[in-house]
Amino acid sequence: MGNIRKRLEPLINPLSNDNPVIVQILGICSALAVTAKLQPAVVMTISVLAVLALSNVIISIMRNTIPTSIRIIVQLVVVAALVVVVDQVLKAWNYEVSKQLSVFIGLIITNCIIMGRLEAFALNNTPFNAFLDGVGNALGYGIILVIVAFFRELLGSGTLWGFQVIPQALYDLGYQNNGMMILPPMALITVACIIWVHNRKAK
Amino acid sequence: MKINKENNVYTAIYAAVLVIVVGFALALVYQALRPAQLENIANDTKKQILASALIYPTGTETIGQLYDTHIKDSYCVNSLGDKIEGEAALDVNMATEIKKPADERVLPVFVCSTDKGVKYIVPVYGAGLWGPIWGYIAMDANGNDIYGAYFGHQGETPGLGAEIEKPQFSSQFEGKPIFGSNGDFESVLVVKKGQEPAGKAYVNAVSGGTITSQGVQKMLYTSLEPYTAFFKNLEKESKN
Repeated sequence: MGNIRKRLEPLINPLSNDNPVIVQILGICSALAVTAKLQPAVVMTISVLAVLALSNVIISIMRNTIPTSIRIIVQLVVVAALVVVVDQVLKAWNYEVSKQLSVFIGLIITNCIIMGRLEAFALNNTPFNAFLDGVGNALGYGIILVIVAFFRELLGSGTLWGFQVIPQALYDLGYQNNGMMILPPMALITVACIIWVHNRKAK
Repeated sequence: MKINKENNVYTAIYAAVLVIVVGFALALVYQALRPAQLENIANDTKKQILASALIYPTGTETIGQLYDTHIKDSYCVNSLGDKIEGEAALDVNMATEIKKPADERVLPVFVCSTDKGVKYIVPVYGAGLWGPIWGYIAMDANGNDIYGAYFGHQGETPGLGAEIEKPQFSSQFEGKPIFGSNGDFESVLVVKKGQEPAGKAYVNAVSGGTITSQGVQKMLYTSLEPYTAFFKNLEKESKN
């Protein structure tokens, strides 16, 4: 039992104890760009999951051959190629979603979580462990994205996944959507609140 | 065999092989997916044109069939309102047309038959905050009132500027006149709440999307103005 737990550590650790967003404070920029609504946040999570898991595995397979002096460039080429493939596939098979996410798919290349995991983990570990690490970190990133998007969409637009959840009766009583919530600064404050709660629990 | 990973020759060959392999793979992916993408783009354009005339796919017919049943005719006009021969309205590249002086532009028109009579759909094109924005405006046969509008964008911020593509924004345009009471072209203004101009047609801007909203206002003005003669002709015809 303990053995399985230990083997799954690369998958479980990034979900909470070593979360890339709220513990390592990585990937903050995309966490505030795509979290005004729940739906783009979830599609972004899936795209990052695909890119991170695959690039981790590929770099891990190549790790014994990569020349040290150009390893960052090699990592970038692999990540950029995967992101282009994800973008092209979305455009061909799911045009609607691809239109919605537009530039943010391309910006996955610059997500520091991806380069961070390639550099810190994939270069020194076997492909299977690298795969677990990639999935774990992408999910850890996704959890935070979804939590932030949940609060921002609920308080900022009164909707969840595009459906109205705050009843009209409340608006009639004078309740108003908080316009601040859909602006980027509130994403940072929401992330800070999550870090606060997380740190309290960790103590 | 132990590879010397620090060797310059090894590094150069490694980089070259990697780039060629990746380049080849990407070219292959592009070639394989291109037909599906082109079809998506063509269908998407047709869907947007129909959306401006408030016609939405119901699921029983493809976009292509829906387009063929509703769009009876399409042609291009010049700024004097005369038809230009030999230009296909669907193939006009708005991004290049909009840069030309108004009297040199090729102006596409799609004639759409709806339950509420014939509508004339014209494309609009402009700049938002991050990239191009565009749309289609369906005009009533009197050449003055907007019947419906559709807006699209390439990379406006989701939840802010990107809201222009939602019906909540575009439906505001329904019934707005583009000519003032004295017959001059005035377009439709996009203004913040509390700054409504008196005596002019306006809609409410997207909150948090000020620059995109201003882009929409400018796009409507610059794109619709060259059609003035065409719309005036429609007005004359409808009065006869």
